Amino acid sequence: MASAVSVRGLRKAFGPRTVLDGIDLEVQPGEFVALLGRSGCGKSTLLRILAGLDREVEGQAEVPGTVSIAFQQPRLLPWRKVWRNISLGLHKPDGRAVALKALEEVRLTDHADAWPLTLSGGEAQRVSLARALVREPDVLLLDEPFGALDALTRLAMHHLVEDLWTRHKPAVLLVTHDVDEALLLADRILVLDEGRIVATHHVDLPRPRRRASVVEQRTRVLADLGVDVEEAA
Amino acid sequence: MTLSIAGVAARPKTATPSQARKFKLPLRWISPVALVLLWQLASSTGVLSPDKLASPLTVAQSAGELIADGQLGEAFAVSIGRVFFGFLIGGFAGVVLGLASGLSRWGETLLDPPVQMLRTLPHLGLIPLFILWFGIGEEPKLALVAAGVAFPLYLNLHAGIRQTDPGLVEAARVLGYSRIERVVHVVLPSAVPQTLVGLRIAFGTAWLSLIVAEQVNADAGLGFLINNAREFLRTDVVVVGLVVYALLGLTTDALVRLLERRILRWRAR
Repeated sequence: MASAVSVRGLRKAFGPRTVLDGIDLEVQPGEFVALLGRSGCGKSTLLRILAGLDREVEGQAEVPGTVSIAFQQPRLLPWRKVWRNISLGLHKPDGRAVALKALEEVRLTDHADAWPLTLSGGEAQRVSLARALVREPDVLLLDEPFGALDALTRLAMHHLVEDLWTRHKPAVLLVTHDVDEALLLADRILVLDEGRIVATHHVDLPRPRRRASVVEQRTRVLADLGVDVEEAA
Repeated sequence: MTLSIAGVAARPKTATPSQARKFKLPLRWISPVALVLLWQLASSTGVLSPDKLASPLTVAQSAGELIADGQLGEAFAVSIGRVFFGFLIGGFAGVVLGLASGLSRWGETLLDPPVQMLRTLPHLGLIPLFILWFGIGEEPKLALVAAGVAFPLYLNLHAGIRQTDPGLVEAARVLGYSRIERVVHVVLPSAVPQTLVGLRIAFGTAWLSLIVAEQVNADAGLGFLINNAREFLRTDVVVVGLVVYALLGLTTDALVRLLERRILRWRAR
């Protein structure tokens, strides 16, 4: 089967600073991949390139299918009602019905006619997810979508994302710096450092995963990020 | 006054507790009312001669007479017409130029430099040129109002478009919006708050331009009424004209505020 994402020898520099330094990456259809790394390791740049927002690169970055994205900030249009935010750009005649169905999946049907600025952070992020998924993408890019949420909302969002992924089965690329999040959700974790993939972890634990079940692997992933858990404790 | 136009930011939403305002409003009227009473007292006792300034009561009386004999209504209609057509011309120019330079790189490269240079001219100082170009009829008056309207609208529309959050435009691109959809649903709506600020300023300068233009040579309108009254030392009529100018300015300002509340209702309360 053709890869959902195919990246070969990808390099990107902003002036003298090399941000991506030879990335090779294949993502299979329906696979959930987490890109893990510190701030400034190049993970968001990689995602922007895959989204087609940055075309001045060396090497290859191919996404043959449709792409959709959710950012750390929901980036909803504040002057369009919630359901319009979802249906705009879809070019479907029954936009409202499609939007309502998507809102049902994130349990926000009641807010269809609300203005986005009246939503809480978690609600807005759910709208942003619904907006991304309603496009039935082959590849769903998630750029730290839970980064700005409080811990409790984040937990609920993890379940929601896993649920939606199971139902729609897009290939997912999740950028995060949260090791637990990556372990709870991803089939494969790529650790990025200074523009290179420095480690790959396959997570073969059964779903839905619990925190306790990932503890052992957590230590090894953290070691790749240069964090010694034993020492830290 | 044109110099500061670009620096005016969109009005932030204010959370004034309405209860406190309701309580304060009567108190805030004490000093204005006292001033009017003092003015009346000064006039009644002869301290203030009617040649310098007529008493409030005389002003009110004259207003009644001017309304009754239709003079005020006629002057009012002429002045409003001037502002209306001047605004239409200037508004059209400001919006078309603002859109062109806001939405296209070439438009900005070609249009923005000359407009930015011209806006530093005090437009009221253009009267001598306008008289030479357009004569002393209606045209120079409309031109002056139009010039006063076009610049603030252009500057604020242009700035509003430029302030569009690039994050929203990016999201729209990935989510499959066409170029037109990006302009209609992302860029233009985000320029609206700043454009409404421009509209308020434009109305302000429109009235100011009208008042100055009507001083020059008018055979009708509020300015004519005032100048004519000056010749006969009728300070009461002068004051009536000034009050009408002020009321007109307040009215258009209130209309724009109403428009703001309607259009910007998406802002969180």
